[in-house]
Amino acid sequence: MARRVSPTRIVVSTVAAWACGLLIFFPILWMVLASFKTELEAFAIPPSFLFFEWTTENYITVQTRSDYFHHAMNSIVIAGGSTIIAALIAVPAAWSMAFAPTRRTKDILLWMLSTKMMPAVGVLVPIYLIFKNLDLLDTRVGLVAILCLGNLPIVVWMLFTYFKEIPRDILEAARMDGATVERELIYVLTPMAIPGIASTLLLNLILAWNEAFWTLNLSTSQAAPLTVFIASYSSPEGLFWAKLSAASTMAIAPILVLGWFSQRQLVRGLTFGAVK
Amino acid sequence: MGQITLQSVHKSFGPLNIIKDANLDIEDGSFVVFVGPSGCGKTTLLRLIAGLEDVTSGQILIDGRNVVNVPPAKRGLSMVFQSYALYPHMSVRGNIAFGLKMAGMPRPEIDRKVEAAAATLNLTSYLDRKPRELSGGQRQRVAIGRAIVREPKAFLFDEPLSNLDAALRVQMRMEVTRLQKQLATTAIYVTHDQVEAMTMADRIVVLNAGRVEQYGTPLELYDRPVNLFVAGFIGSPKMNFVSGLPASLHGAATIGIRPEHLRVVGDGEGWPGRVSVAEHLGSDTFLYVDAAELGLLTVRGLGEVHLKGGDRVWLSPDPARLHRFDKEGVAIRP
Ligand SMILES: Nc1ncnc2c1ncn2[C@@H]1O[C@H](COP(=O)(O)OP(=O)(O)O)[C@@H](O)[C@H]1O
Ligand SMILES: [Mg+2]
Repeated sequence: MARRVSPTRIVVSTVAAWACGLLIFFPILWMVLASFKTELEAFAIPPSFLFFEWTTENYITVQTRSDYFHHAMNSIVIAGGSTIIAALIAVPAAWSMAFAPTRRTKDILLWMLSTKMMPAVGVLVPIYLIFKNLDLLDTRVGLVAILCLGNLPIVVWMLFTYFKEIPRDILEAARMDGATVERELIYVLTPMAIPGIASTLLLNLILAWNEAFWTLNLSTSQAAPLTVFIASYSSPEGLFWAKLSAASTMAIAPILVLGWFSQRQLVRGLTFGAVK
Repeated sequence: MGQITLQSVHKSFGPLNIIKDANLDIEDGSFVVFVGPSGCGKTTLLRLIAGLEDVTSGQILIDGRNVVNVPPAKRGLSMVFQSYALYPHMSVRGNIAFGLKMAGMPRPEIDRKVEAAAATLNLTSYLDRKPRELSGGQRQRVAIGRAIVREPKAFLFDEPLSNLDAALRVQMRMEVTRLQKQLATTAIYVTHDQVEAMTMADRIVVLNAGRVEQYGTPLELYDRPVNLFVAGFIGSPKMNFVSGLPASLHGAATIGIRPEHLRVVGDGEGWPGRVSVAEHLGSDTFLYVDAAELGLLTVRGLGEVHLKGGDRVWLSPDPARLHRFDKEGVAIRP
């Protein structure tokens, strides 16, 4: 039954929702604004909000000083590559765990998730040494591998929850209708699983895109993605707020656009499918 | 043809014996209902016949051929699930056509059959909708359409009407029965609702805790229940059971009297009691009578009976319609 909502309530909740939204969005807005300020204005106190001299100088400096497109390409390769490989491994894994579970399936899932409970820094030294010995430092291959492995438990777990949601009855109906296993997979299971797979991979892509610990520690220039590009403005020659903001804005722009166009899928992914 | 025979079928899940020695002979073209309380194994038995579960031991014959090792698709049966189990990403047309497509039937023939099935079920104008755009009753029809279009040897229904509201349930009950008679295809129908069983079935299988208690026509079960369980399960309101002295007078441990066979008689002539609740439906009157040590007895009077709560009454069973049971609860036949 629809609840009756009074007009004042609507106004109040709308205002509250906007306030929350703006509060959460504020850091991003501030970053974008700062990227159009001069360095001087960027850390002026009190800060100016909209009425400053707008300049695109920071973007030009950032692009000439460090090659944005080089790093962006690395980010695309690393985030995209690790997501695709994770999908190739996780889809069949989650599939079999959901549809042909054994007594140990739950344990395996928990064990995989437990690897995420260890702080990454705890294995930094061994991983660094392995990378060094295998000549993987500052290579795209190395970063793809580490990000893929790091995210696999979450991807498998999410896909597993999605596949579990597919009602058994429907698969049995397909069997009664004379579908062979392959046809059941092609005509019934896959179409029903695609939304779940899509949102999982989308979320993984964003996680990988923003991953900073391993990328910062294991790459310097050749394979460095946008996270390294941002970080390069945050310390060595003192702080450059405006340029840092410009770099960050450029780094998150692609993923922001992607996120905007796939909001629905993304929310499903973040809530593990609870929202349809 | 669709003659189905079960011979000593057993089914266990691990150590749990769910189906215990089921033996049944289902004639071609008949409408057989499996009825029993929730959890008694109706669905399991149906799934065994469908091939969705493997028997632990015993044989299932379809038209004389043992099918226990035949996969579900090859048994030539179609099933209507309680949840409907429609393919959510396919249109109504796609749902109904799926089985035919899997069978490799040529496109024009599929179209013709789907149109025909849709027409029978009043679905023609919904053929291009997705299941989520349909009401519960329409989804139910699609599920039935998917079953009939394949012209199976038998239909298997698992509580197909339990998700519908009461009025629609009564209507669909009639439609399913009519459709089955029209197609003259064997149907096995699972329900926990004995009214559904009595109204739809040619023959009823009463199941209790994995055991077939009785197999017979609705009237056989009503008139000659083989034991206390069947006697209590079939019939609404439930049969009254009386034990003790009145029962031993009839040479039984327990006697059963259906509410419609218990009459209100003149003062001082039968079992005394006091009406605790009287329900006046116009067509019938239900009296719930507190009859001292005999317990609470239900009486069904035809038409209007002018009694109300608190009135003293005397009740007498119709001796010809009395059911007698021994200590084990098995019916005693004269
Ligand atoms: N796959 C299974 N594994 C273990 N027990 C099961 C399984 N399927 C059904 N059961 C058990 O078998 C009994 C009968 O179930 P079911 O046939 O679904 O009953 P009904 O349809 O009559 O309500 C229940 O006690 C149920 O818990
Ligand atoms: Mg059931």
